[in-house]
Amino acid sequence: MSDVALITTQLRYEQKSYWRNPAAAFFTFAFPLVLFFILVATAGSQHDNDLGGVKLAQYYTPSILSFAVMSACFLNIAMNLVRQREDGVLKRMRGTPLPAWALIGGIIGSAVVIAALLSLVTIVFAVTVYGVSLPASHVLPVIVTIALAAFVFCALGVAVSSLIPNVDSGPAIINLPFFIMVFISGTYFPISGGLATVAAWLPLRPFIVALYYHGFNPLTAHGSGWAPHQLESLAIWGIVATFVAVRTFRWVPRRS
Amino acid sequence: MAAIVVDGLRKSYGNTKAVQGVSFSVTEGECLALLGPNGAGKTTTLEILEGFSKRDAGDVQVLGVDPQHGDRAWRENVGIVLQGTAADPYLTVRETLLRTAGFYANPRDVDEVIERVGLAEKRDSRIAKLSGGQKRRLDVAYGIVGNPKLLFLDEPTTGFDPSARRGAWDLVSDLRGLGTTILLTTHYMDEAQALADHIVVIGAGKVVGQGTPDDLGGRDVAALQIRFRLPAGVDPASLPVDVALDQHGYCELTTTDDARVLHTLTGWSLDHNIPLEGLVAARPSLEDTYLALVRGDQADEDESAETVGATR
Repeated sequence: MSDVALITTQLRYEQKSYWRNPAAAFFTFAFPLVLFFILVATAGSQHDNDLGGVKLAQYYTPSILSFAVMSACFLNIAMNLVRQREDGVLKRMRGTPLPAWALIGGIIGSAVVIAALLSLVTIVFAVTVYGVSLPASHVLPVIVTIALAAFVFCALGVAVSSLIPNVDSGPAIINLPFFIMVFISGTYFPISGGLATVAAWLPLRPFIVALYYHGFNPLTAHGSGWAPHQLESLAIWGIVATFVAVRTFRWVPRRS
Repeated sequence: MAAIVVDGLRKSYGNTKAVQGVSFSVTEGECLALLGPNGAGKTTTLEILEGFSKRDAGDVQVLGVDPQHGDRAWRENVGIVLQGTAADPYLTVRETLLRTAGFYANPRDVDEVIERVGLAEKRDSRIAKLSGGQKRRLDVAYGIVGNPKLLFLDEPTTGFDPSARRGAWDLVSDLRGLGTTILLTTHYMDEAQALADHIVVIGAGKVVGQGTPDDLGGRDVAALQIRFRLPAGVDPASLPVDVALDQHGYCELTTTDDARVLHTLTGWSLDHNIPLEGLVAARPSLEDTYLALVRGDQADEDESAETVGATR
């Protein structure tokens, strides 16, 4: 089997397993969409003064996109790796000729497929049902931003998985940084000031800023759509996370 | 040619000396059983041979390669059946094995393997729905689907009912017949007796005995143990040989002059028309020998502990 075939085969099996696990599929796939519908249905048609009178649906679309990508990549990969490591699946795979990159590549690839699907569903709903607009020239910058962020959150997911001692403590350890970031980065409502300054140092806020203020914001429709500073922050996060992920990766559970 | 050579292997976890200088070798095409009580160092040794753990000292060669540097080509030839099932619970038996077969250049036919381990009826069941014994069969299938030259079997039949165990033994015998080298650990002496060409007994991190199932610990040349009971009213003193009486009234004796003593006894029985009830003549069983080897080792440990206490 060629290397490409090997990695796509792993991806296919990861996908099969993902969709057959209702709890995981609900939490990382359905939940962001439910959140999107609730936010848009309750406040989507209101016009926000902080945003210069822009309709909130226009803001919630990129904020939920960022939430969905983080959920599909970070949450999904971290939980999946912890489960597979604790169950001994990683160890067992290690005992076969399957190269490590093909195994991890399959897991990451599967998360990226889920993130892409979620992004697509969110954008299609936003545009067709809620009348959200995105200038054609901003489509490419938005896609590149989502792809870069997906890479960052995948690497963070792998890195965090090594810090988790067992399956039981997994959700607590993973959800804590996840929801702190979600609350301070402006996922549920537009933010500004001190909180935004702190959040700007974490990976979620630059993602939201790039997607909304440079992408979906109708007031900057004339801009290029690119957010160089935010993309730079994301790239640095990606490099650091990849370095940590590679250095700390473990195939077997910690000996208690 | 030796498929596995272990020389002076040592491994500690913190202050626990798990393996303290183990040496043995496995000839290509043979089945070697590694026996020993829990905590004796079997699994530690196996994990080092499988390339999962690093050793502290000693030389190890598995198929001519140091397992610490085993690459993809080496993994092609090594099949591993670990203790405890580890498989994605949401995939089916067939999917799991197809996926695994895809890791290898020359795998076995997946459906044949499923058939061979007796999971044909569960082919399309998810792993989460299998019973303990069925999962163990899947583990064995997982280990052999890559068509390895060398197979590690860590307690492969734990939790099997007797007929499933016989089935597993047949499978292992067949693999051995095809030239696969097998390193087996087990707690069942009958399993070692049925499958192994050679046995290595490990106790407290050291090799305490090795041999074939028939000559382990010199049991083939050990004294013959004879046991029988005389009918009520017959005085053991009237026997032509000296016997001891156990608490159930059985006569016992041990001898190295097997034929002569048996001939004398049975001749006396026929001449006097007195039966030797429940007559048994046997050498120590594999289990007796194993227990003696492992206990002897523990006795050594206890003695040294006492010595340390005395000098304090």
